[in-house]
Amino acid sequence: MRPRQLPEIFPGQLPDIGGVPVQQFPWGSGTMEGMAAPQIAPVETPDTEEVPVSDRAWVTIVWDDPVNLMSYVTWVLQKLFGYSHEKAEQLMLDVHHKGRAVVSSGARERMEHDAAQLHGYGLWATVDRS
Amino acid sequence: MFRRYGEHCVATFAADEVRVLRKVAGEVVGLLTDGFDHDDPVVGRLFPDIYPEDPTNSAEFRRYTEGDLKTGKIDQAGAILAGLPPETGGEVRLDPEAAEAWLRALNDARLAMGVRLEIKDGTDLGDELDQAILQDPTSSRVFQLSVYAYLGYLQESLLNALVD
Repeated sequence: MRPRQLPEIFPGQLPDIGGVPVQQFPWGSGTMEGMAAPQIAPVETPDTEEVPVSDRAWVTIVWDDPVNLMSYVTWVLQKLFGYSHEKAEQLMLDVHHKGRAVVSSGARERMEHDAAQLHGYGLWATVDRS
Repeated sequence: MFRRYGEHCVATFAADEVRVLRKVAGEVVGLLTDGFDHDDPVVGRLFPDIYPEDPTNSAEFRRYTEGDLKTGKIDQAGAILAGLPPETGGEVRLDPEAAEAWLRALNDARLAMGVRLEIKDGTDLGDELDQAILQDPTSSRVFQLSVYAYLGYLQESLLNALVD
């Protein structure tokens, strides 16, 4: 098998690093193991205290995109918001089927914080009035 | 692929995989540093407008948050580079923190490639790859689609191992 030059992965961005034969990639060579109701430690506890209506006037929205894995989106929502696997998975499915879902609501600054966190994980998040 | 041993996620990588992952992570770092360009759709996807209908407030928010977000993304790509074995291949052993950084970095790389490869909702990767191979089996697109598929497989395997 003839080694060939490794093409740019993000064309035009960076210099090449050399040749690699890529025919032996193991992608698709096995099946995924099932993911059974994972327990994930949340980074923060969900905000359950009573909040004045005026402070709930904003929402964080996650939008569907064709790249993010469904299991990854579910995991991120559990991780960031402390949602149960069920709730996170339902939100993920809403995103997937309806194109978008409200994942948190509250004061504007808090929603901006949530959206920035979601961007850190690569989810497409925006903030809007509820 | 990745398996869970105690609190660690462990996988063995062949030389090819190490070189590809090193290149991918290096290119992500390049995108976020020297190559950083707000007009690049990849940057648009990794750093979305927080108020799509309100450019002024989006820009204001960006001014305060983009630096940290960018640093975080460079650090997580760096976690891949730091965790890789030598070019000859070998074991990768990730504690939970490193595993999470890898997950995020693999996701960034897939997002970037997804934009470049014009992956859409409903894109069938197998079909895309078949078509690309029919057109020219030695093309960059064949290679890039293969890497994209591989990264998705790797990310899923790492996630399964992490939550196992």
